Amino acid sequence: MNLLTSLIAVLILTLLAAGIAFSATLSFLLTAVLPYAAFTVFIVGFIYRVVQWAKAPVPFRITTTCGQEKSLPWIRTNPLENPSGLWGVIGRMALEIFLFRSLFRNTKMDILQKRPVYGSAKWLWFFGLLFHWSLLIIVLRHLRFFIEPIAPWVNGLSAVDGFFEIGIPTLYLSDAAILTGLSFLFLRRVVVPQVRYISLFTDYFSLLLILGVVSTGLLMRHFFPADLLQVKNLALGWVTFSPVVPKGIGTVFYIHLCFVFVLMAWFPMSKLMHMAGVFLNPTRNLANDNRMRRHLNPWNTPVKVHTYEEYENEFREKMKLAGLPVEKE
Amino acid sequence: MKLYDGGKIIAGIVVFLIVASVPFWYGRGKAVSPPDLKLDTPAIERLKEKLCVEPAPYMRANHMKLLSAWRESVVREGNRSYKATDGKVYKISLTGTCLECHSNKDKFCDRCHDYAGAKPACWNCHIIPEEVR
Repeated sequence: MNLLTSLIAVLILTLLAAGIAFSATLSFLLTAVLPYAAFTVFIVGFIYRVVQWAKAPVPFRITTTCGQEKSLPWIRTNPLENPSGLWGVIGRMALEIFLFRSLFRNTKMDILQKRPVYGSAKWLWFFGLLFHWSLLIIVLRHLRFFIEPIAPWVNGLSAVDGFFEIGIPTLYLSDAAILTGLSFLFLRRVVVPQVRYISLFTDYFSLLLILGVVSTGLLMRHFFPADLLQVKNLALGWVTFSPVVPKGIGTVFYIHLCFVFVLMAWFPMSKLMHMAGVFLNPTRNLANDNRMRRHLNPWNTPVKVHTYEEYENEFREKMKLAGLPVEKE
Repeated sequence: MKLYDGGKIIAGIVVFLIVASVPFWYGRGKAVSPPDLKLDTPAIERLKEKLCVEPAPYMRANHMKLLSAWRESVVREGNRSYKATDGKVYKISLTGTCLECHSNKDKFCDRCHDYAGAKPACWNCHIIPEEVR
């Protein structure tokens, strides 16, 4: 059901974009107004979400990490799994962000001879990594439309990405990889019953939307070529705040744009915020220094205490008269 | 309300803003004029009807596909004639037909290719006309 709803949502978007391509006023809306609206929603929403997260107090270092913490000198510690200082945390975060270390630990449980058996399952890790890295490379490659003259490293990246020069125009390896990665991530949700059971509209919709962006992009590159001159004029028009409405650029390009803008606007409201969230992951970014430093609970109300010293000061004379022992005379 | 680890959060947001706005600050907001393609070569001046083998909008988007098809037609099938959609027949040759008119590679081909970041592999095998003369 969730799958069906998200499929319908993406189809409606496609039809909408195709319709927009035929109307001059709506084309203006899509190419000159919506880009700024979507970008603003993306930036403002993104910051809003991060600030909301930052307002939630982090009371205590979460020590549910899997390495040996730093304790006595003769016990071997695991500084990357259970870091005690800043550099260890930076190492652990880098491994998480660049290599998805948590997913690498993924296991699969099976019942063999009536006993549960755990085995390693690297598929999600592998295709997740494939997808995310390709996405990054593709986003960076798109800078060629937004920058003039094109920075040498952008051209270099495209050259490396299209190294094998398969077909004309060259097939980018990241394009093939992102399609593979996305297909796996999507099929995993559809085919594995447990994952399908917990999949929500937002899971399918994000995947289908990105799949839509990727497939329209590939269609434009390999099957229905768009006039790149106009595409770049449009993109440069956006960044210099003087957008020009392109003419005769093709319906596929409009669908591509429409998907991208919806993705940008949808980003802060969806699980895609894990882009920022990964940095605020408390089991990853807090050093385990619970035994070295005193952590005060940030939401503790200040309590008025009355120490024994103060008590004795108050009642010393009476205590002496009653024959009770006092610490100070 | 208080931000916890406010310094780090704000630093992170600043980095995000800088990275997300690369296209806006990279060119320092300078307007870039689109590439100016020169169609004033002697061969084009001599043409009565200034037409390419196929209509210009088609050529703009699909010339690489046409060239690829031409290459395969010549190299694999030995067929050197191309019948255009308007019925005219052209000799398939990059140097002899395309570059006959567009003899100004640096003012025609390159201007768009550099602008769009396209790196065609034509010149890996073919000579560049200026180098002939």
